[in-house]
Amino acid sequence: MKLGRVIGTVVSTQKLESLEGLKLLLVQPLDETGKPTGAALVAFDVARAGEGDLVFYEAGKEAAQANPNGWFNPADAAIIGIVDAVNVEGRSAPAPKEKKAGSA
Amino acid sequence: MIVARVLGNVVSTEKHPHYRGYKILVVQPVDPAGAPKGKSILALDGVQAGVGDLVLVVDEGGSARSVLDDEGAMTVRTVVCGIVDRVDVEGKA
Repeated sequence: MKLGRVIGTVVSTQKLESLEGLKLLLVQPLDETGKPTGAALVAFDVARAGEGDLVFYEAGKEAAQANPNGWFNPADAAIIGIVDAVNVEGRSAPAPKEKKAGSA
Repeated sequence: MIVARVLGNVVSTEKHPHYRGYKILVVQPVDPAGAPKGKSILALDGVQAGVGDLVLVVDEGGSARSVLDDEGAMTVRTVVCGIVDRVDVEGKA
């Protein structure tokens, strides 16, 4: 499992049947202090996350098993949960929800 | 398996049902001497580990399910499966 921030959505109309009805989100991996690590990736969502949310996601074949449409799916990342808080001793932790620029 | 140091924990209410009831730990992989190495990852706690503990982490689904004794937890992959008392490297503690 890894920490990440939802930075956008991905819209796909023409896709495999097993991915029908799933929300695809763009996730930026983060370290425990909230610093981005590596490239953003696309994950399907089973935790009802939204843009700006701090989440944790599973990668690899285990992610495919989270797909409610059945276990065999062409997915290698799934958003598993929404993070309420990160407690790391002596370090600043990422905020649970990042406000969009310009919003209240 | 990897040796890692527990840095803290993650609180999550809204999550996949396979993850309910487990503590989620932030763990930092370390080298044999105990220095941080690479990126931190999240792992479910199978052995009642706490902050500061040196632990063994397994990053494979089948083993993770065995550690948690929950064969239905198909999406779980990373689990803390032991607390390390000591690492001996060629005579050094």
